[in-house]
Amino acid sequence: MELRDTDAEAEFRHGLREWLDKTLPELPATPDPGDWPGRRAYDTGWQRRLYDAGYAGVHWPADAGGRGASPAEYLIYLEETERAGAPYVGANFVGLLHAGPTVAAEGTAEQRRRWLPPILSGAEVWCQGFSESGAGSDLAALRTRAVRDGDDYVVSGSKIWTSHAEVADWCELLVRTGPTEPRHRGISWLVMPMDAPGVTVRPLRTLAGTNEFAELFLDEVRIPVANRVGAENDGWRVTMVTLSFERGTAFAGEVVGCRRTLVQLARLAQANGAWADPALRRRLGALAALFGALWRLVQWNVSEARAGGVPGPGASVFKLRFSEARQELYDLAAEVLGTASLVLADGGAEGDWTAQRLQGLSYTIAAGTSQIQRSIVAQRVLGLPKERKGTGG
Amino acid sequence: MEFRLTDDQTALQRGIRELLDRAFGSGQLRDGTDIWPELEAAGLFSLRAPEASGGLGLGLAEAVLAFEELGRALVPGPLVGTELATAHGLADGGRAALVRLPVVPRGPLLVEQLPSLRTLLVLDTGWHGDSRGSGAVLRRIAPGEVTAEEVHSVDPLTRLWEPTGPLPPGEELPAADPVRLWVEGTLLTAALQVGLADRTVRTAVGYAGQREQFGRPIGAFQAVQHLCADMLARTEPARVAVRAAAVLLDAAGTGPDTFEAAAAEVAGAGLLADEAAVRGARDCLQVHGGMGFTWESDVHLALKRAWVHQRSFAGAEECAERAAAALPAGLGQV
Repeated sequence: MELRDTDAEAEFRHGLREWLDKTLPELPATPDPGDWPGRRAYDTGWQRRLYDAGYAGVHWPADAGGRGASPAEYLIYLEETERAGAPYVGANFVGLLHAGPTVAAEGTAEQRRRWLPPILSGAEVWCQGFSESGAGSDLAALRTRAVRDGDDYVVSGSKIWTSHAEVADWCELLVRTGPTEPRHRGISWLVMPMDAPGVTVRPLRTLAGTNEFAELFLDEVRIPVANRVGAENDGWRVTMVTLSFERGTAFAGEVVGCRRTLVQLARLAQANGAWADPALRRRLGALAALFGALWRLVQWNVSEARAGGVPGPGASVFKLRFSEARQELYDLAAEVLGTASLVLADGGAEGDWTAQRLQGLSYTIAAGTSQIQRSIVAQRVLGLPKERKGTGG
Repeated sequence: MEFRLTDDQTALQRGIRELLDRAFGSGQLRDGTDIWPELEAAGLFSLRAPEASGGLGLGLAEAVLAFEELGRALVPGPLVGTELATAHGLADGGRAALVRLPVVPRGPLLVEQLPSLRTLLVLDTGWHGDSRGSGAVLRRIAPGEVTAEEVHSVDPLTRLWEPTGPLPPGEELPAADPVRLWVEGTLLTAALQVGLADRTVRTAVGYAGQREQFGRPIGAFQAVQHLCADMLARTEPARVAVRAAAVLLDAAGTGPDTFEAAAAEVAGAGLLADEAAVRGARDCLQVHGGMGFTWESDVHLALKRAWVHQRSFAGAEECAERAAAALPAGLGQV
C-alpha cells in the first residue's frame, strides 16, 4: 500500500500546479448563472485552455485524442484542479464524461473522427437525452420511438433532466427501435443534432428556483442512421459503458471540493461562535473524517481498477455515502449559519450555502437514487437474491 | 500511488485468516481455547519489532491487516497493548495492556485479563487531541502489584478487573513516546473494529440468504437488502481509512506536521470504524431476528466485543474533536 506519488505522478502534479497558478488568474469573470450562452462560452473557453495545454481528456485513451494518463494521474488532475478552485467541467460534462467515452469505446472510426476532437477542444457541447417522465430509475422503460425511414430514423417522444440543452450542439439520445423486442433489447443509442427540425427545448425550473435542466420534446425529428453508435437495438449495452464511467471517478473531484468547503465552514463557525458548541464541532469533525475516507476509497478503487482492469464494487458504496455526506455538509452549514440559512443571495452565487443546500438535494436522486444504489450493493456486491419482479426497488 | 495490497500483504492477511479459521472458529470461541501461544508462535505481535530482536521489521500497514483478522475472529485481548509493547520494546514477552488515566474519568478504570498480564502500561496524563500531549508520562507497572477485583464483564470473552486501591507507581519510561503509542493503539483498535464490522456483514448476508420466511429467503426483501448494503457502505470507507492512516503513520517519523496529519487520519478512521462495527453488529442482530437475541447465536458476541473496542483507546468524542481540530488548519491530504 502506497499513497505517495511516483516520480512520474509527482512531475505531472507539479506541471499541472504551475500551469494552474499561471492560468487561473487569466480567466474571465464567471458569468451569471442564468446566462446560458455566457456559461457555454466560459466553460468551453476553459476547455480550450486545457486543450491547448495538453490537459483535455486527461483520462481519455491516446488514440481517442486524450492524454492517455493513468487513473492515478487523472485523480491528481481532479484533486489539483479542485484544490486550486479551477472552473468545473460545466457544459463540457456530457461530452467529456458520457458521450465522448462512449463514442471512443463503441463508435466507428468515422464517428470518432467527427465527434471526439471538438469535445476535447471545447468547440462542441453535448447534452444527454436518457431519462423520460415515465423512465427514471427504470430507464429501460423509455418510450421515445425511432422508426426507420430510408437512411434516417424518425424520432418522436420526450426527454427530461437534460442539462445544457439550450446551448448544446449534440444530444446522446436513447430511443426505442425495437418495439416488440424484450425491453432492454429494443433500445438504440443515437446522436441527435440539437438544431434538427422538430426539437423543442423547454427549461425546467427546479426547487432551487434555477433552470439547470430542460425537457426535450421531439416531434418527428429525422436523425441519420449513420448517427447510431453501436448496432441497432444494442443501445442498452452501449449505455452501460457510459454509466459505468459515471460511477467510477465522476464524483472524485467533488470529494476534494466538499473537503475544501468544510474547511471554509469550520472557519466560518470559528468566526461566528458556532465552533464553541461541542456537538456541532464534533459533527464537523465526523464529516471531515467521512470525506477523508471517501477520498481514500476513490484512491483504493482506482488502484484496484488499474490492477484488475475493471472498477471494483466500491463505486456504488462510494456513490451512496458521498451523496448523503454532501447533503449532510450543507445541512451542517445551515446549523452554523442559523437564521442566515433562510436567506438566499440574489443571483444564486456559487458560494451561497443555501443555494448549494437546495441544489444538493438532487444528489441522492440523480445518477441512481440511493435506494437503487443499496439494491445494487445488496444484489451485485453482496450477492443477495434478486427481488421478485414488480415489487419495486 | 498504488493504494492496494501488495502480494506480500495479501499473503500475510490470508495466512492469518487461515490460521484463525482453523484454530479459532465458532467452537473454540466458546470453549475457552487459548489461541495466544499460537498467535505468538506465528509472530503476530512482533510484526513490527525489529528483525534484530526477532521481529519481522514490518510496519503499521501490515499490522492493521493482521488486526483486521483478529477483530474478525473475535480473538480476546489485550491484543493492542501486547502489540504496542512488543513493537516498542516496552515488555519482555507475554501479554501487555495499556490503559490511560483520563483527566475526567467516565466510569471506573478497567484492565483486561489483569492476572495473565506480564506488563501493565499506564499513560498518566490525558492526551486531549489538540496538543502533542507534552505532559504525558508512560509508566510500567508489575501487574502482580495491583490489587483488583474482577467485575462481571458485559462481554463474556473479555474478562475485566477493576483496581481496588491506588495503582503502584511502577517505573517511568522516559524514552517512550506516549502520544504516538496512544495514536497507534487507536489505529490498531480501529483495525479490530473493521474486521469485526466485516464479520457482521458476512454473517448477516449469509443468514439472510438461507433463512426463509413468506416462502423466500429474507435476503430477497428490500428492507433486509438495504440494511445489509448500509452495513457494507459503512465498513468499506472505514477499512480504507484505517489502511491509509497506517500508511501515513508509518511515513510520519519525526516531523510534527506529518504526525499531526497522520493522527487526524487515525482519529477519522477510529470514528468510522467504531460506527461500522457497533452499528454493523446491531444490524446483524436485527437481520437474525429472534435468533439474534439468543445466547446460542454468536451475534451478541460481536456486538459486545464492538462495545469493548469502542471504550478502548480514543473514543468517539476524542476522535471527533481531533478531526475537527485539524479542519480549520486544512490539515491532511485532501
